[in-house]
This record gives sequence, structure tokens and C-alpha cells, in this order.
Amino acid sequence: MDFLKILKDIETIDPEITDRLNPRRAAIKNITSFGSKVALSALPFALGTLFNKAYGQTSNSVNDVLNFALTLEYLESEFYIKGNSSLAFTTGTAGNSAAAAALKQIQADESAHVTFLVNTIKANNGTPVTKPNFDFTANGTFNDVFENYATYLAVAQVFEDTGVRAYKGQAPNLLGNKVYLTAALGIHAVEARHASHIRQMRRAFAASGVTGVITPWISLGANGQANDSGVPAADDNFKGEDNVMQGGLDVTTLNGATTGTKTSKKIAVESFDEPLSKEAVSAIAGMFIKP
Amino acid sequence: MKNFEKDDQELQVENETFFSKSMQRRNFLQYAGASAAGIALVAAGCKKDDNFNRGIDLGTGDIGILNYAYALEQLEAAFYTQVALTPYASISSTESAYMTAIRDHEVAHREFFKAALGNSAIPGLEVDFSSINFASRDSVLASAKAFEDLGVTAYNGAGYLIKSADYLTLAGKIVSVEARHAALIRDLITPGTFVGPDVVDANAVNNSRTPIEVLTMAKKYIVTEINASNLPS
Repeated sequence: MDFLKILKDIETIDPEITDRLNPRRAAIKNITSFGSKVALSALPFALGTLFNKAYGQTSNSVNDVLNFALTLEYLESEFYIKGNSSLAFTTGTAGNSAAAAALKQIQADESAHVTFLVNTIKANNGTPVTKPNFDFTANGTFNDVFENYATYLAVAQVFEDTGVRAYKGQAPNLLGNKVYLTAALGIHAVEARHASHIRQMRRAFAASGVTGVITPWISLGANGQANDSGVPAADDNFKGEDNVMQGGLDVTTLNGATTGTKTSKKIAVESFDEPLSKEAVSAIAGMFIKP
Repeated sequence: MKNFEKDDQELQVENETFFSKSMQRRNFLQYAGASAAGIALVAAGCKKDDNFNRGIDLGTGDIGILNYAYALEQLEAAFYTQVALTPYASISSTESAYMTAIRDHEVAHREFFKAALGNSAIPGLEVDFSSINFASRDSVLASAKAFEDLGVTAYNGAGYLIKSADYLTLAGKIVSVEARHAALIRDLITPGTFVGPDVVDANAVNNSRTPIEVLTMAKKYIVTEINASNLPS
């Protein structure tokens, strides 16, 4: 391995690489003196450490987050494109023009997110992942997803709520990053707006098949379970949403809105949305991706 | 001066960058020689602390950002508490339940920040809702929309200033609930407006605002002077 050549190659992309590594250009150019102080076998590690120091959050880790997000946006975007192209949802007794307009708006937003992420990854010298092949029945779990309006809305809600959790879970990987964190938070909020509206649509749809009232926010499910969606197959999507511990504080011990009361578990759950790890989201999304 | 103020606010909505320019201009006027001093005094009479550099100190670093969030949650909680106390005329049972739930969420957020900040917490803020007609559904929902959309942009704009991953996650846990509120309130005003060009950019990414931009928009509702000059930027 020729480290001088590697540095030279990087210099063609990033002319300031030596300044980033060490303000004293001469010192880093003199790789022999550097090498003399570090055992030869440790060099790759030492160099890696130098690069991490130079770039902090590597563009690689940022692109990993963006590509993860892109996969989810592909999933959502294609879901709405397919669903909305079926007139059964948007006309006649199943739906109405307001519902159709809302679903088209969400479709447009998700497609805009796809385009935005693809362009952002490219601009950040990354390679956007290609769109996977999707199976929106999740291998037969939602067989009538594009024929039954109730199923379609249920899956839409699960996707939106999970999208909110996924972006939230990735935020720490973009800590302090004005450009990418702010953009990710901006998409995160739009997914939450979608989730709120889809939940209202499910509430308004009398034949949704849901027992109880769906709220615009994630509430406690029946019998106090974390999953309030009424979709048993989505238990993993809502796992942990019944959490009441925030920043080491039990929210149910805090004062409630009415004098002399404490915050109920229901309110504690509704007031804070929970993140989901990349692994958990990938496992869930994987059910909708053809191998 | 009133007209100038109004113009400023309208321009702010249309053009975010104008805001910073007008702030610079004000700063300049306030400190630029005798001829401008007269104008500066009038300006000071119309608008209290434009620069958010005196009053209750939000603090520095993550504590400062958490206090900033605490201030906004205080404002929202106080607003919905009043809505629940004096519901608007012929409020439906559904909307009444929504308003009560949102009040409970905002109070939970407020109480959470108060407890989490402990001795570092700013005191309770004095609010001024004289511009809101709580008997009017239109007035209440328009104000609710302003508060919720503003809250979302506030959290989004302050996210990158947070140093602790745990605090960032906490802010994330709260902002998505605010976005759910915002979408609902907007849908109550006009169905289907849960998202729109006034709150997202061309990439369907929600807008964000700096603390000073947010505090400038919120200050007509907050009597207590807030010093945000030690916040990270």
C-alpha cells in the first residue's frame, strides 16, 4: 500500500486534505518521519484515525443514513403510486375526492423525498441505492392491500408511523450536522404530518374495521398495548411506543393539566413518539421487499 | 411605526432573508450616532427587545436549547389551557376532545422540561393572549396553527445546535408530536391542508427557523423578556 499515493489521490478530490490532517503540510507530506514513529503494521489504523479526525462525520456515514432513508422513501412512494392508480380507492363509495386529493398529495411528497435524497447523495459523492422490488402484500399478510380501502389505509398508517420512527432513530447519526440533520428533521416532520392525516382518514372511514377511535397521534392500544393501529401484524412497528420513561424521568409522575392530577399513562405515551433502530426498521421494511 | 412593523412582519413571511437584513438595519440605527438616535428611541418604544439580549437568560449549550424549548412549550401549554377553560362557541365534542388532548400533551412537555432542567430551568413566563379571541373558533384555530407550525420549525432549526445525542432524540420525540398536532389543526381549519407550501419547501422538507426568528414571531404572546444571546449558533 502506497500511502503517499493515497494521499495524493485524495488531494485531487480534496485539495485541503493535508491541511485537514495536519496544518503543518510538511509534517504530513513527510510520511517517512510519520512512519518512523508508528509501527508499520499499525499504519492503516493510524491513517484511518487521521481521516476520522479530519472529517469527523464521514461522508460515508451520512450517505449510509441517506440511503437508508431513500429505501424507505422508495417504499412509500411506490406504495402510493400503485395504490392511487387504482380508481376503486378514490371514487365511489370507498373513498371520496378529499381522500383522493390527500393521498395524491402524500404521493407527491414521498416522490419529492426520493428525488431530493437521490440528488443529495450524489452531491455528497455517494451512490444512491437502487429501488428494490416491493411486495406490498408482505408475503400474503395484506393480500387485499390494493383492493380494500381499509387495508390500504391501514398499511399507509403503518408506513407513515414507522417512517417517523426511522428518521428519529437516525438523528443521532447526524448529530451537529446543520445541512443533513436539518433536512432529515424536515422530512421527519412531514412524515408525521402524513401520519396524522392518514390516522384522521382511518378515523373518518366508517368501514375501517378498527375497534375504538384512531387518534392523529400514537396512543395506547387496546388493553394498554403499544400498538394502537388495530393491525396486529404491525406489532413490531409500534414496539416500545408505550414507553413512559423520558430522559430518565417517568412522565407519569409529572403534574397533569388539571390541578392535583398526575400525567396519565395514555397522555405520557401520546406526548412522546419513540425512535426505532435501523435494524428494527430494516427487518420490518424487509417484509415488503422481494428477495 | 406601526405600519413599518406590519410591513416587516409580512415581508418576513415572504422572505426569510429580509428579516436578518432588517435586524441589522435596526442594530445600526440603534447605535449609529445622534441623528439616528431619535428614530432608534421610537423603534425601541414600538418593539421591546428586538435582539433578545436582555431579560431571562436561556443559558448556554444544550441547557440553553432545552430552556428555549421549555419556553415554547410553556407558551403552547398556556394557550391550550385557556382554550380548554373557555372553549369557543359551539365547539363539537370531537374538537373539544382534540383540544383537551393537545393541552395535556403540551402540559406534559412543559412539565417534562421543567423537571429535566431542574435548577437550570427558566422561571414561568408571563403570556399575553390579548390578540386572540377565545370565543371564536377561527381565532383559536388560527392561533393554534401558528403555534404548532412555529413549534415544528423551532425544533427543526435548533436540532443541529444540540450536542447530546440523547437530548437530540428527546427533541425528536416531541417535534413529531407537534407536527401531528399541526397537521390536525390545519385539517380542522381546511380539510386536506395537513401539509402545504407555506410549511414545506419544494423538496417536501418541512421548514426550519433559527431561535431568534422563532422568538421574534412568538414575542407578541410573551410578556417576559427573554435573553437568547448565549444560545449556541
